[in-house]
Amino acid sequence: MTAMIDITDAGKTFTMHLQGGIELPVVRGVTFQVNPGECVVLSGPSGAGKSSILKMIFGNYRCDSGRIGIRHRGKLVDLAAAEPRQVLNIRRSTIGYVSQFLRAVPRVATIDVVAEPLIVNGMSRTDAQARAGELLHRLNIPERLWQLPPATFSGGEQQRVNIARGFISDLPILLLDEPTASLDAANRAVVVELVAEKKRQDVAMVAIVHDDEIRHLIADRIVDVTSFAAAA
Amino acid sequence: MADQNLIENDEPLLVAKSLSKSFGRINACRDVSFSLHPGEVLAIVGESGSGKSTLLQLLSGQLAPSAGHVSYRMRDGVARDLASLGEAERRFLFRTDWGFVHQDPAQGLRMAVSAGANVGERLMAVGWNHYGRIRDTASDWLTRVEIDTARIDDAPRTYSGGMRQRLQIARNLVTEPRLVFMDEPTGGLDVSVQARLLDLLRSLVAELNLAVVIVTHDLAVARLLSHRVMVMKGGRVIETGLTDQVLDDPREPYTQLLVSSILPP
Repeated sequence: MTAMIDITDAGKTFTMHLQGGIELPVVRGVTFQVNPGECVVLSGPSGAGKSSILKMIFGNYRCDSGRIGIRHRGKLVDLAAAEPRQVLNIRRSTIGYVSQFLRAVPRVATIDVVAEPLIVNGMSRTDAQARAGELLHRLNIPERLWQLPPATFSGGEQQRVNIARGFISDLPILLLDEPTASLDAANRAVVVELVAEKKRQDVAMVAIVHDDEIRHLIADRIVDVTSFAAAA
Repeated sequence: MADQNLIENDEPLLVAKSLSKSFGRINACRDVSFSLHPGEVLAIVGESGSGKSTLLQLLSGQLAPSAGHVSYRMRDGVARDLASLGEAERRFLFRTDWGFVHQDPAQGLRMAVSAGANVGERLMAVGWNHYGRIRDTASDWLTRVEIDTARIDDAPRTYSGGMRQRLQIARNLVTEPRLVFMDEPTGGLDVSVQARLLDLLRSLVAELNLAVVIVTHDLAVARLLSHRVMVMKGGRVIETGLTDQVLDDPREPYTQLLVSSILPP
């Protein structure tokens, strides 16, 4: 099988120039692969570098060493060495990311926030909004809220809008940073279902989940991040 | 984001090579190189005096560099060195293929003539001569920038700051330019007015597949609008990359200082 994500010996250290230049090693020697249709859950205590690894895979954090291999349109591309324009292309057509918090633009209606990734990839506004509506419906966001910007929503509602936005595209890689953190049981179950559907569509996923029950339900494999801990 | 048209189009629109500018002993801009592709939004950030505005003037051909050069790919697909263009050619470029949004709308508008004429004037400059069509297009553009068309015959000096800025944007975009330079476009506005303008700019830039070079000292503006960012200090580019990368994982001491100085929302 050809891996969708192939990380080899990736490392990351922060240098805090405002704190006298202290070096904060985050991870080193990160090596693992993710195959299509597989959900790999990163485990380890807080501060072990799970979110940092996810951000390195998305190209949000730069790597100091190693390779972040991403299968993009049939070819393996090293995201750690890619040009900004290429990273944007890879994000548009290959890697989706559900962050911990929704970073919404003021004034944009919820339905458009969710539909945007599809419109960006060329789908008509009407079709994209129809799919956005289906997902919002499944995630129990009442229709009367769809035309409002999500900025005023509760934490759980914002997180569900964020999940809808992340799951709406048919991208072959999906990164999930605590997608169920502020959700109730019913909505957690919806997320578990959505993950299962993505697996059937051969999407490769990397997730961070603290809830043991959810982890048990979605993980095909656990990668223990403590082995990548960069001891100072 | 505005990525829909960043298809692998490998011909850059604007290329800057080793640009430098000195005013006497002061080096306002040193050895700046980059290229900008169609549909790409580049933010230039840094504090006052870092050389941002000088760079913008060099890029838009309003200032001649002391060293280096800027080339622009014309509509016929041929890249031309700005220095080789005649004054008339350069002015034509400015009227058609380029826009320039100033921080102070009074610099980019004619304050005493009507809003409709401010927008229509750009069309006439590119050869439109049918009054009815010019007025219809002007009124379309006022609607697109959320100005009530009932105000079409009023002069911008009767407009609020936010309206003036939106009118300046309409005036710039009506000729469907491919490249727009913006100098602190939200600089003098109230926070609430800023948010509305940013949102408007963001959707227009995506819809029209505009390439933009935007100078701002506001990192929130850079985050919302730009794909890439260049951080300037003392006339040099000290850090550059994807906007979220530079803002979430800044490497240079000065960039870390800038990022850490943002007040939490």
